[in-house]
Amino acid sequence: MPDVLSAPLVVEFPFTRSLGPVQSAFLTGLRERTVLGVRTGDGKVLVPPVEYDPVTAEEIHDLVEVAATGAVTTWAWNQHPRRDQPLDTPFAWVLVRLDGADTALLHVLDAPGPEAVRTGMRVRVRWAEGRTGAITDIACFEPFDSEPGETSPHDGKFDEPVTGIVTPARLDYTYSPGRAQSAYLEALADRRVVGERCPSCRKVYVPPRGACPTCGVATDERVEVGPRGTVTTYCVVNIKAKNLDIEVPYVYAHIALDGADLALHARIGGIPYDQVRMGLRVEPVWTEGSRHPDHYRPTGEPDADYDAYKELV
Amino acid sequence: MRDVAIVAFAQTDHLRRTDELSEVEMLMPVLHQVLDATGLRTSGIDFTCSGSSDYLAGRAFSFTMALDGVGAHPPISESHVEMDGAWALYEAWVKIQTGEADTALVYAYGKSSPGQVRDVLTRQLDPYYTAPLWPDSVALAALQAQALIDAGDTDESALTAIATRSRAAAADNPHAQLSGEVPAGDYLVRPLRTGDCPPIGDGAAAVILAAGDTARALCERPAWIRGIDHRIEAHGLGVRELTESPSTRLAAERAGVFERPVDTAELHAPFSSQEVVLRKALGLGDEVSVNPSGGALAANPVMAAGLIRLGEAAARIHRGESDRALAHATSGPCLQQNLVAVLEGESTHA
Repeated sequence: MPDVLSAPLVVEFPFTRSLGPVQSAFLTGLRERTVLGVRTGDGKVLVPPVEYDPVTAEEIHDLVEVAATGAVTTWAWNQHPRRDQPLDTPFAWVLVRLDGADTALLHVLDAPGPEAVRTGMRVRVRWAEGRTGAITDIACFEPFDSEPGETSPHDGKFDEPVTGIVTPARLDYTYSPGRAQSAYLEALADRRVVGERCPSCRKVYVPPRGACPTCGVATDERVEVGPRGTVTTYCVVNIKAKNLDIEVPYVYAHIALDGADLALHARIGGIPYDQVRMGLRVEPVWTEGSRHPDHYRPTGEPDADYDAYKELV
Repeated sequence: MRDVAIVAFAQTDHLRRTDELSEVEMLMPVLHQVLDATGLRTSGIDFTCSGSSDYLAGRAFSFTMALDGVGAHPPISESHVEMDGAWALYEAWVKIQTGEADTALVYAYGKSSPGQVRDVLTRQLDPYYTAPLWPDSVALAALQAQALIDAGDTDESALTAIATRSRAAAADNPHAQLSGEVPAGDYLVRPLRTGDCPPIGDGAAAVILAAGDTARALCERPAWIRGIDHRIEAHGLGVRELTESPSTRLAAERAGVFERPVDTAELHAPFSSQEVVLRKALGLGDEVSVNPSGGALAANPVMAAGLIRLGEAAARIHRGESDRALAHATSGPCLQQNLVAVLEGESTHA
């Protein structure tokens, strides 16, 4: 059994989200150092505000300005800040009920240590330097002794309201493909293609994933397939892919490698795009330093009979 | 309503990491175990439903890779929930209630080892106000724990005792990842210590559901699902009263938990503090055996740990160790969503 492979895998995406009227007013307000809540049908003020009453599901939109001061309703001391969290020094996670609000906002509290934090303590917003209309416009809360502040109606209108946010999300993984796929990738490094045979139906799957999708049993007998194969079906690609240095039109095909019972897919080269056909016999072309065939090209053999590959189309 | 039972249950040994196995390779042994236990073949399963998460795998449509393990060709009737497998079981139960299926295979799996599960789980939070702050799963549980301490519902030594009892119970569970003497450890996010938090690991589980006489034919003592319900609370953490779990309470009422006493409760409480909330919501007294398997504090394969609660409760009924068991599964931060089922052995069926 070869060593199991692993490689870093980063999943990163800047989620772009549009805001409804209430969220837009709230986040624009933060940019302007103003904290807005929304009043429910029974008179409660929700901060942060939502567009639908969490109890009645009624649409709500009566905005009110609440104070930038409040009290901690619960907390947790985070000795080891993690990447992307608001502060890089030890801090307290807090739920803060701002003066004038009936619900609490989740954020962080900058404090020297856990002994300086308690439920009920008074805090105020510390505003971020560069504010864009995001929850992170509140840099954090900080301890601040004050009398409860005032609440006043607010029309929610600001110049240049924020109507959307972009939330980057990055997660880091170390990906291990498991036994079957590791063996496949190891073989590719030697310019060989290996599949696995199902002990029940005897079909050879390539690339192998460790299980036969028909029988639902583990595949374990390793079988070398190819290198030659037969085009079972294909398409002509006319759209140039971003960051891909291949001239269009080109052909992408399903190829049944000799000895395999499942077609894999690859690009066809070395032949004009309009001469590729079902039954065409092809072989892989490897390029220096690549762990996959770059493309497949015609072998010059006569075309395969349809009957020879019809089960694999 | 049709009588539906859990007739077989299997789970992997839960391990910190399983680099040598892909998801389907990890899953297949438990699929074979439940099939072997019932004598069913994949072609004899009417409906298949699974629970898992792309965010754990770091890949889109990752569940399709696992489908190879159930023999998905020729085409089968299949569904997936991007959630704990307990909710896949609920979907399968509904499917059987419709009369479209008599048997169902339910499975769930999760590998937490490739990523940082504390960070991964932040991506299930409200994306406008919460997720941009990256509050990790331990931090959110710790906020709830402090609220419980402030309310006088528990204290740190009581939390340690819950964790200790769970890991001691897990000494009899060969699949557990953590068992026996586990130190309370340092604060991870205060007031929670490492001992109050679940182990991070990889694992999978599978159950087979069957209706009526089919269940009786497949299993000597089927674990009949007498009631099952799930409820959700507001997604805003600051809107909720974190020391209470009204969704658990309501789901339990609808599932019929309070009609007669239960002797066993498998609670999906990955953090020691969450058991305090659940015991209160469910009114469980000391006479009830809570998490005899060790619970999620002993093994917490994310996306499978809730289904395992149903499976463990059912297995106790299969073995005759319980007559009426409660099984609970949760999803989301601070027990946001809760599923409760009542399982009974045949002898107590009125």
